[in-house]
Amino acid sequence: MKTTAMTAAAALAVTGIFVAAPAQARDQVQVAGSSTVLPYAKIVAENFGEAFPQFKTPVVESGGSSAGLKEFCRGVGPEFIDVANASRAIREKEVKACAENGVTEIQEIRIGYDGIVFATDINGPDFELTPADVYKALAAQRIVDGQKVDNPTKKWSDVDGKFPEWDIAAYIPGEKHGTREVFEEKVLLVGCEEVGDFKAFQDMGMDEDAAEKACIAVRKDGGTVDIDGDYTETLARIDSNKTGVGVFGLAFYENNADKLKVATINDIVPTTESIATGEYPVSRPLFFYVKKAHLGVIPGLNEYVEFFISDAMTGPDSPLAEYGLVAAPDGERDAVRDGFAAGNTM
Amino acid sequence: MTEITSQAPPVAAPGAAKPRRDIGLKRRYAAERRFRAYGLIAIALGLSFLVFLLLTVVLNGYTAFQQTNIQLDITFDESVIDPNGERETNEMALLTANYPRLARNAIVAALGVDPENRTQVRAANGLISAGVRGQLRDMVVADPGIIGTTQTIWVLAHGDVDSAYKGQIDLSVDESRRKVSDQQVAWMRQLEAEGKLVAKFNTGLFVNGASSRPETAGLGVAIIGSFYMMLIVLVLALPIGVAASIYLEEFAPKNRFTDLIEVNINNLAAVPSIVYGLLGLAIFINFVGLPRSAALVGGLVLTLMTLPTIIIATRAALKAVPPSIREAALGVGASKMQMVFHHVLPLATPGILTGTIIGLAQALGETAPLLLIGMVAFVVDYPSTPMDPSTALPVQIFMWANQAERAFVERTSGAIIILLSFLAVMNITAILLRRRFERRW
Repeated sequence: MKTTAMTAAAALAVTGIFVAAPAQARDQVQVAGSSTVLPYAKIVAENFGEAFPQFKTPVVESGGSSAGLKEFCRGVGPEFIDVANASRAIREKEVKACAENGVTEIQEIRIGYDGIVFATDINGPDFELTPADVYKALAAQRIVDGQKVDNPTKKWSDVDGKFPEWDIAAYIPGEKHGTREVFEEKVLLVGCEEVGDFKAFQDMGMDEDAAEKACIAVRKDGGTVDIDGDYTETLARIDSNKTGVGVFGLAFYENNADKLKVATINDIVPTTESIATGEYPVSRPLFFYVKKAHLGVIPGLNEYVEFFISDAMTGPDSPLAEYGLVAAPDGERDAVRDGFAAGNTM
Repeated sequence: MTEITSQAPPVAAPGAAKPRRDIGLKRRYAAERRFRAYGLIAIALGLSFLVFLLLTVVLNGYTAFQQTNIQLDITFDESVIDPNGERETNEMALLTANYPRLARNAIVAALGVDPENRTQVRAANGLISAGVRGQLRDMVVADPGIIGTTQTIWVLAHGDVDSAYKGQIDLSVDESRRKVSDQQVAWMRQLEAEGKLVAKFNTGLFVNGASSRPETAGLGVAIIGSFYMMLIVLVLALPIGVAASIYLEEFAPKNRFTDLIEVNINNLAAVPSIVYGLLGLAIFINFVGLPRSAALVGGLVLTLMTLPTIIIATRAALKAVPPSIREAALGVGASKMQMVFHHVLPLATPGILTGTIIGLAQALGETAPLLLIGMVAFVVDYPSTPMDPSTALPVQIFMWANQAERAFVERTSGAIIILLSFLAVMNITAILLRRRFERRW
């Protein structure tokens, strides 16, 4: 008898949940998206909760730029998220998907820049890389004597005499990371063009797209290892293989500078300054996207966005800059603020 | 068997003493010894992995239960907290006052730093956690009478100072390569010598919500979220699972259809948990419209995941009750219902409870399905109901493992220790219940 009573109670509870659930008003900003932007969004959310005690602290989910934007584009209303963080600009296709679900007014906010650095174990020699070096070391196929062959380099010293005699082992972000795109575009492709392989690929009858694909293909013979986890995993790999080279975000490197030695690119040391001026070549802008329809509906959303783009958070002398975000130049920050205030949509 | 039958029949030599039939005794003993050795090796390997795992976790994590605190004489200066004297009229005045400044003034005074030297003041301020704002605000809001007085209180040290104090930052490398400067280390030693910087038990680890600062980050929200989910799983999965198994075992006719159900249940128990996450996203969030990141949805998803485990364990427990009990009950005139609920079910209870607890423990350690329903999130505020956003213990471990700051390394292991002890308690309870109530026939 007891069991039947319990079953009945459980059944009641379930129906109760299902009836009571829909159309709940939400009093908390919900954010999802890029794991690169996550640490910055967390700092802002926490400070926002402290600075505006009348609002609840925003909830920030991680899961990646694409997953976040997909969630963002599912619709308008309190059951859908308000802000999507992204380490890349929104794609045409995603804007379309958004529009199909009624998310027509999207405000794009650029929060600053993120540098991507190469680093080795702290006790290793100095690495002075150029995009061409990286391409020569990591490309899947090279042009040798007019023939396309598997990359013949085995050691860094084969690439150039200035490098140590280390077996080539690079820990690079996996395909699902936004960082990978930047790495391909700003390092491999540039190196490919510098070396002349890009042209050589085209001369062999490839069209531009195919040549680009050939340029950004990395070797799969153990010379590169895709890291699908986070930078902590890359760091662990470098810890166990002292002759490995890892790709990190600038912020992560700065937090672990006692274990890692950063490589220069084209003789430029990556710092927030050299990235802000554009001298250091491998960087990318970070974004978040806001649903205009939610502004003024979800309590605190407007204030959260304003707080995020204020100089107190994303200026040159702010908590985010301290963590490793490269602040945008003054004029750009002003433009972002004006754009948001004016309600500019994409 | 084959060993014996494959022997050639012994040839009896005429005149010689009848030789003993070779039944392969030596070989069979050797085989047994080998098998035992394999078993021992397997157990030794398993144990050594376990010991290695536990040692790494404990060695990395035990320091997380201590947190460096700094003692400060904080003057609650009215000109800083409420410069315009509007706290009577404007309720926000006390909430948004510049509390970090109070702490900065106190640390500057304690270290004897020139307040005009901005870089020095900044470095000194870097010793204390930015979480001091919340701490001082709560004190003032709770008792506005302390404005104007000087209080001696303990505040948290900055996460980097904490790591340096615990020896987790390599202080031998060049100053520019680490997060704490030589000056800060000197101040740290100075405060330590004065007894004003000590490591205390880290209650914040258990009560604080998520934080981007390691020193104020805690498992509070995760523990409550996990508790809500376990409650929901228990309330839903136990009755549904037990009812389903009793029906299938005692009442349902044995035919193709019930066979099919049985096969399905066994299959569901082996389905990867991420699939339940996808199901939860599609049904509970997209279709029913339950809120994202809520413990309620997490609980429902974990219920679905735990049900097959509970059903299988319950059916095994019911099967283990000998038929003679059922026959005796029916023989003295009990109805089938009375037979089940008065005799069979009580005898099967220990087995059912064990299965349930093991199912719960499995659900407690699950992360993958929670990722899809938005529970892998940064949640600062305590969830007051299961409808509010929250996280879970394994999720918090996952999120801390991805943090860049050194101080999160020990916290990750600390959180693993806490999760493991919850799991150990649950499993020990299961064993004790079984020992206490189990009946053998």
